Amino acid sequence: MSEVIVVTSGKGGVGKTTTTANVGTGLAQLDKKVVLIDTDIGLRNLDVVMGLENRIVYNLVDVVEGNCRMKQALIKDKRYPNLSLLPSAQTKDKSAVSPEQMVKLIDELRDEFDYILLDCPAGIEQGFKNAIAGADRALVVTTPEVSAIRDADRIIGLLTANEITRVDLIVNRLRMDMVKRGDMMNIGDVTDILAINLIGAVPDDEQIVISTNQGEPLVGTDCKAGIAYANICHRVLGEEVPYMDLEEKEGMWNKLKGMFKKN
Amino acid sequence: MGLMDLFKKKNSGDIAKDRLKLLLVSDRANCSPEIMEKIKNDIIQVISKYMEIDAEGLDIQITQTESEGNNGNVPALFANIPIKDMRHTSASD
Repeated sequence: MSEVIVVTSGKGGVGKTTTTANVGTGLAQLDKKVVLIDTDIGLRNLDVVMGLENRIVYNLVDVVEGNCRMKQALIKDKRYPNLSLLPSAQTKDKSAVSPEQMVKLIDELRDEFDYILLDCPAGIEQGFKNAIAGADRALVVTTPEVSAIRDADRIIGLLTANEITRVDLIVNRLRMDMVKRGDMMNIGDVTDILAINLIGAVPDDEQIVISTNQGEPLVGTDCKAGIAYANICHRVLGEEVPYMDLEEKEGMWNKLKGMFKKN
Repeated sequence: MGLMDLFKKKNSGDIAKDRLKLLLVSDRANCSPEIMEKIKNDIIQVISKYMEIDAEGLDIQITQTESEGNNGNVPALFANIPIKDMRHTSASD
């Protein structure tokens, strides 16, 4: 049985593409057959985050318009034999594809893949409607900021209205130092307000920038964000994984400094 | 605002949470500021028939209140309408 998951947020720049890349790669690491679909027509990005931008020949719009077969457009990731990417078109716009065409395209992929991840564009217009049309469940990405949470709430409402009942929340870019001093909402605050199931919290991590620079998802590597994404993948599969301690690990030196500061 | 709030400066995280809670209640109720303004004007019109009120000081907002029947919070419209003169009623008769 394949599962189609849309990664969405409403607001732009909260980490949808990064989340899609890392969750998709993480699921492939767990031996699942995964295809990532970039549904942001006109502004394609998932290919660069995945480091596959030089291998694009055909794209999603080509498949929909019948310019090529599905197989020709899918890019197989050489690092993970289970992982493929269907890139978006860069020159067309969102109206090039309809929700019905997306459903048909996804159905074509269901036989071959365990997980189909859709990277949704920002906003709630045509691109959003295309992305959610064929989805079975959703991962809503937000950051602990008022604007992102407000948009996430709107998105959750729209998903429910479109009969996507399984909606899980990822709180991205948490800065534990700011949470600690009360200048950032904590995970509990965000889940209280949005009232949906939390599936993961990802700390703000420099390594994300570095990994995006290199075009290499960091899921599974030994950094905080890498571990957080790996945990999310296990939870997507339905496994129970305890939440990691996001607090900064204090070295001996910092502990000593801290002790002096307090007195 | 409670008395304690005057003495204690609120964390910006708490401010964000409080603002969001209010914001989402009106978002979810699909009540735009324009509609709120209309409701406010209508309330002023209706009440002014019976008493003199302070239109400037009138404040309405959608908040949450605990519902009596089912457990949980439901949206509620709160109106604070300062009355200037009660005698207005008898004068108009």
